[in-house]
Order: sequence, then structure tokens, then C-alpha cells
Amino acid sequence: MSVKSIISRCDALFEDLDFHCVREWKQAHPGALAIGYMPIYVPRELIHAAGILPVGILGGGDRLEVIHGDAYYQSYICRIPRSTIELAVTGRLDCLDGMLFPSICDVIRNLSGMWQIKFPGKYVRYFDVPQNYESDIGGQYYINELQVLRDDLGRLAGRPIPDADIRASTAAYNENRRVIAGLYQYRAAKPWQVPTAELYLLLRAGLVLPVEEHTRLLGEYLAATDAEPRPVRDNCRVVVTGMFCEQPPLGLIKSIEMAGCYIVDDDFMLVARWLLDEVPLEGDPLQNLSEAFLKRSAESAAKFVARREDKGRFLIDSVRHNRAEGVVFAAPSFCDPALLERPMLQRALNREGIPYTAFKYAENSGQMQPIREQAGTFADSIKLWSE
Amino acid sequence: MNATVLNPRDAQKDASMQLQKDMIARNYDALATAHEMGKKVSSTFVPGNLNELLMCFDLVRNLPEVNSLQSAMRKKTGAYIMEAERSGHSEDVCTYVKSDLGMMAKGNIGPTGKPLPKPDVLVLSYTGCFTFMKWFELVRDQYGCETVMLHVPYQADGRITGNMRNYVVHQLKANVIPTLERVSGVRFDIDRLREYLRESARAEEDLVWVLQSARNRPSPIDAYFGGVYYCGPIFSAFRGSKEASEYYRLLRGEVGERLAGGRGPVTPEGDMAEERFRLVVEGPPNWTSFREFWKMFYDEGAVVVASSYTKVGGVYDFGFRHDPDHPLESLADYCLGCYTNRSLPMRTNMMCTYMDEYQADGFLVNSIKSCNSFAAGELLMLREIEERTGKPAAFIETDLVDPRYFSPANVKNRLESYFQMIAQKRTRAAA
Ligand code: SF4
Ligand code: SF4
Repeated sequence: MSVKSIISRCDALFEDLDFHCVREWKQAHPGALAIGYMPIYVPRELIHAAGILPVGILGGGDRLEVIHGDAYYQSYICRIPRSTIELAVTGRLDCLDGMLFPSICDVIRNLSGMWQIKFPGKYVRYFDVPQNYESDIGGQYYINELQVLRDDLGRLAGRPIPDADIRASTAAYNENRRVIAGLYQYRAAKPWQVPTAELYLLLRAGLVLPVEEHTRLLGEYLAATDAEPRPVRDNCRVVVTGMFCEQPPLGLIKSIEMAGCYIVDDDFMLVARWLLDEVPLEGDPLQNLSEAFLKRSAESAAKFVARREDKGRFLIDSVRHNRAEGVVFAAPSFCDPALLERPMLQRALNREGIPYTAFKYAENSGQMQPIREQAGTFADSIKLWSE
Repeated sequence: MNATVLNPRDAQKDASMQLQKDMIARNYDALATAHEMGKKVSSTFVPGNLNELLMCFDLVRNLPEVNSLQSAMRKKTGAYIMEAERSGHSEDVCTYVKSDLGMMAKGNIGPTGKPLPKPDVLVLSYTGCFTFMKWFELVRDQYGCETVMLHVPYQADGRITGNMRNYVVHQLKANVIPTLERVSGVRFDIDRLREYLRESARAEEDLVWVLQSARNRPSPIDAYFGGVYYCGPIFSAFRGSKEASEYYRLLRGEVGERLAGGRGPVTPEGDMAEERFRLVVEGPPNWTSFREFWKMFYDEGAVVVASSYTKVGGVYDFGFRHDPDHPLESLADYCLGCYTNRSLPMRTNMMCTYMDEYQADGFLVNSIKSCNSFAAGELLMLREIEERTGKPAAFIETDLVDPRYFSPANVKNRLESYFQMIAQKRTRAAA
């Protein structure tokens, strides 16, 4: 398959706000269920092991007209919950048999309760994760929570989930993570070969496709893009951060690149990159997932950093590792986690002499010109200083 | 919640009011001189505060939220917030945080004009609000002081599970207590904790009696504007102390007298005349124009008979008491049970119960721009409660400590039309 055809497939999945592919999957698997989840992290391995399709829900983007959703939210709350409610009340999420709301912020947390009130027949779970990262404290708590989720999913699926199935699913997601990590490495090495708008669409596809199919698709893309050399531009290399929940319009990602920046790392769709290493397959599968979560997972604003000196380290490491020349902070308007985090990260970057720029967006932002100009000025200033 | 700023019935101060004023002043004095006196200082948040535990280590207790609201009442927060925004904080985020950071940037002079010390330990009891975590990360970033996290899981399914309780207790034992021992140099004595918890339970008993006095007609208290005073000591640096128990004993006596005399609540302009509307209010108050805001209610004869904000630092009216026989477990249950740590269906049920038990005429949401923890989902709550109780509901928007978001004309208009609507509904029902 060519790059074009792969990306146009991903684009179609991205554009499809009615989740036809989920409906088709369910038709092809009579009796099987699908469960939605919001950013930033849920252990999809358990859902998969129950034979249930995990479906990532990231709001309605700039393609959805929000009519009902605004009646649920004050103007000073971000957009993703209102467009997610819109998707639900307009029947677009009817194909989902339940929803998981990860522990990311008060808005998503409260949305889990709204879901309980609005959709009493559906399975709803707020998936709490520990902020204590010690195995015998946070780990023990987390393993018990994983067990509750496992039991719930087993009940929904009509069969208990054996360890062996969790191991098999963990292997499937290990493989997916491995290929995604490869794709990120490849982009960092040759960003002109993997425009971030393409990478973004590829990752989005992973939110609705079965993991095995997604892994295959990624592999095909890598081979296809490597076989189609593209022109190298004199862009500067940046890491973008802050886009872990409400999504930027695709046009915004394109604008950053068109303005002269190669994005060499990002925090899109963290669910797919949350666990940083392979999760071991031997031993207790829940304990393995727990240890991976506690000891080797990505950092985001939703996570407590226990030591002051470690704050910002993850971002700085990414800058160094990916040989980035600067950081673009792009946060959704009214996003407390991302916006409160930002000054601390900026101070950490200041200490390291890493330049940055910052702006806000909404999932339905229409005007890209100011962002393009800002990113362009930033790229120019980096080039100027590096000369 | 300081009587020096807003002082109902200035001329004839109730004994409880004077006591609270003295307690608060003493605590600010203690903070100002703590390091000079060789004392260590803790900072912690109102929801899920571990005051009894902190007292076991002789720590002087600072509560940044209380500083913010006190500063707001003294009209200082506008400048603090601007200062924080100038130094790079977004206009979109919680203004409590910005007010605190702005105050620090401007020399960290507390609301009473005395300096606030650098905390020796930040006790990040992470209950009911994600912003707390960022807030203390930001303070730690500035001061570099020791931070200990107590992660309190959310009651998403409307109950406290054994796993949640064990997790909290485990953190108390393995992290919080050893850190406090190390920072303070004082060994933990569980019997001392039990004694404080016994005092807490006494005070809680009296507080609940006071809050529930609003079930009477007329209500002898306003459970929102007055309620924030009544909750002051128990939500802040005093829960577990003898002076807090004394405060609540006095308060109960005073409210009992009002009740016996058939008197309504005390307002800044004296006793409220006629009780015309009984309301349940969801959401924090506005502090920058607190007095003006309150006047919009009592001028119309509107009394708040129950509120969610007076449960933000602990929910006691459904039976929970700190329990000296199960000290750590009961601290865990306390943290887990704070209002904003409860799921939206729980909060909705609570408000419906209040509507019923306090015979309210209406439900009002004061939605706070800053506070996602309260605000996200309030519009759905409002519709649900209206539907379930058949009583009219209304919605206003203000902010806690950012004066830019208090628009008196708008709020007043809305309230007036709301009161008219309740009156009309009542007339129709009587016809
Ligand atoms: S965009 Fe930010 S505030 Fe909004 S739901 Fe996501 S994490 Fe929460
Ligand atoms: S978001 Fe709300 S609960 Fe949290 S710190 Fe701000 S005002 Fe307090």
C-alpha cells in the first residue's frame, strides 16, 4: 500500500464521527462489545483480553457542530467534554457498551458522573490510578483496581478473563508500542519522511482499529514512507507538548510544520505510548501492568512528580534525545493541568537554555494564521540563534 | 473567614464570633513568628486536611486557600492575580492558585499584614481537586520545600471501598507520618491523635446541630453566608483543638437561643426580617464582594438553608464523625468523604435530600469560573434536581477571588428574577 492510501484510510477513520468501523467490527463479531475510553491512559490490555474492542474517544474536533453540548458546560470549561457529550446525546456513541474515564482532571472525572446520570444503562467506570509510585502502596492499590476492572469486563463479556489472555493481549500491545516507538524514532531521524499530520492520523487510527490491525498498518506505513523519499526542508526541530487531552485541529499541526518546524516529539495519544518499555509476560499479568505504570511510564501534567528536581526532566530528556532545538507549548484553552504545568516546565527549560513558545487552542479553532505566524517567528529565531 | 473584615452585627458581637476572630488572629501570629520560635510550619488544603495529625507534630498550620479568601475579602487578590498572570500564569486557570502565587511574589505578606513563613512541609492531601497537585508543585518549585503527597481516590461509584481506605491508611503510615516526624523532629504518638480526634467529634456534633437548625422555620442561620463562618474553625487550622470545641459549644448555644426566640439569621445589617425564600445553594461563594453578594439575598428575604460549600472541608451531616478508636481509618474516611471527592450522582442526591429535608423553595448554583472541581457538571445537576424536586432552579456565575468576574448588576438581575419566579410558582400552587 502507498503512503497516500494508508493515510487516506486513516483520514477516513478520523473523519468518521459515527464510528462506522466500530459498528462494522461489532457486526463482524456478533455478541462482542466495544468500550470507549478518554485520554490519557487506560490499560487497554484488559479490555482486549475480554474480547472487547477498546475505542478511544477524543471529542468531536472541528468537524462536529456542538448544539446540545453547550447546554451542559459553562463557557469557561474546555471543549472536549461538551463535544463528547454531543457525540453521545446525538447517538454517535451508541455503538459503545461502556465508557472508561481516566484520572486526568476534574472535568473528565465529573464527566464520569454525568455519564452515570445520563446513560444509566451503560457501563461507566472512572479509572483511578495511583499518584503514589511505590509498589507496595500505590502498586497494591492499583493491582486491586485493575482486578475490579478485570472482573467488571469479565462480567460484561460473559466470561472471566484468564491470566493467559491478559498475557496474550499484553504481547499484542507490546508489539504495538514497539512499532510506534520505531515510528517515532524514524520521524526523529527523518522528520521530512513522516509529516506529523500523517503520524497523528496513524495514531488516531489506533484508537478505533483492533490493535493487531493497527500494528500491521503502522508497519506498512513505515515501509511505504521509507520507499518514497520526500524533500528535506530547512526546518528547525521542535517538541510539542500540552496536547494530551483535547485535540488540536489537524490544521494546527500542519500549520506548525508549514511554519518551518519539524515536530520530533509530541504528547499526542499518550495511551499508546504511556508505558515506556515492554511489559513482561512472565509472572502475574496485573502486577506487570502495575509495575510498568509505576516505574516506567510517560510523564504528563496529570501525574505527580515526587521530587522537585525531576520536574521537567522528561521533557528535557525528550528534547535532548530527539535533538530538538526548541519546545512548542500548545495547550487547550481552560485546561488547568496543561496550563498550570507550563510555567514549571518553562522554568526547567530556562535552566537548560532551551527556547520555547506557547499558545492556546481549542479543538474547533478555525484561525490558523496567528499560530502559523507565531510558530514561524519561533522557527526563525531558533535558526538565527543557531547560526 | 475573618470577623475583622466582615462582621455581622459589629456592635454586639456574639461570643463565638469574638472567639473565632481571636483564634484566627492567633494563628496568623503563630505563623508570623513560627520560625523565630523554633516551630515548623506545614501548608495544606482545606478539603482532606489532616489537622489533628499535623497537631501531633506541633506544626503551625498554614492553609493557602484560607489566605486567598481572606485576602479577597480585603480586596487584595485582584493585584495578586495580575502579578501571577504577569509572571506567566494563564488567565484561564484557578484564581486561588494565582492569588497565592501572586501574594508570594509580592513578599508573602499574609492577609492580616503579617509575613507568612516559608513552609517546612507541604502536605499535599489530594482530595477532590486535581489543581491542588499543580498548586503545590508550583509552590515547591518556588520554595524547594519538602512535599508529601496523600493521594485520596475519588468516590466515583458512590462508596468508599476497602481498597481505597487501605491505600490512604497505608500512605499515612508509610509516607505522611514518617515525613512529618522527620520534618518536625517529634515522634508520632497515636494516643495524642486519638485525643484530638475525640475533640473533633465533639465539635462535629455541635456543627451538625447548628447546620441542621436550618430545618426550622424561620431558619435561625444562613447556611451559606453565615455557614462559611460556622465552618471556619473546623475546616482550617483548628479541628481537633479544644478551642474549636469551645467555639462550637458557644455557637450551638447562641443558635439555640435564636431558635427559641423564633429569630431568623443574623446578617451584616442585623437580624433578618422576614424569611421569604428558602434556598439550597451549590458552589463556593464569591469572596471579593462577599458582603454585596449576601445583601442581594437578605434584602429579598432569601435564606440559604443548606449549601454544598459548607461540606467542602468535610461532610458530617450524614453521620460521619472522626473516630478515636480507628484513628487512621477515620482520617482516611474523612478525606474520602469530602464533598468534591464525591461523584456527581452523590452530590446530586445530597442536594435533593437537602431540598427535601430543609423544605427549600429553590436550588441555586453559584458557578465559579475558577473551579472545575465544582463547576464541571453543575448544569446537569441543576436540571436533574429541578426535575426530581419540581422546584425552580437558577444559575449565576462569579469567581472566588478574582474581582473581574463579579458582575453585580448581572447577578442581582438574575437573582431578582429568580425570586420572582419562586414567588409566582408559589402563588400558582396556592391558587
Ligand atoms: S482539556 Fe484539560 S481540562 Fe479539559 S478535560 Fe482535558 S485535561 Fe481536563
Ligand atoms: S479548582 Fe476549585 S477546589 Fe481546586 S484549588 Fe481551585 S478553587 Fe480550590
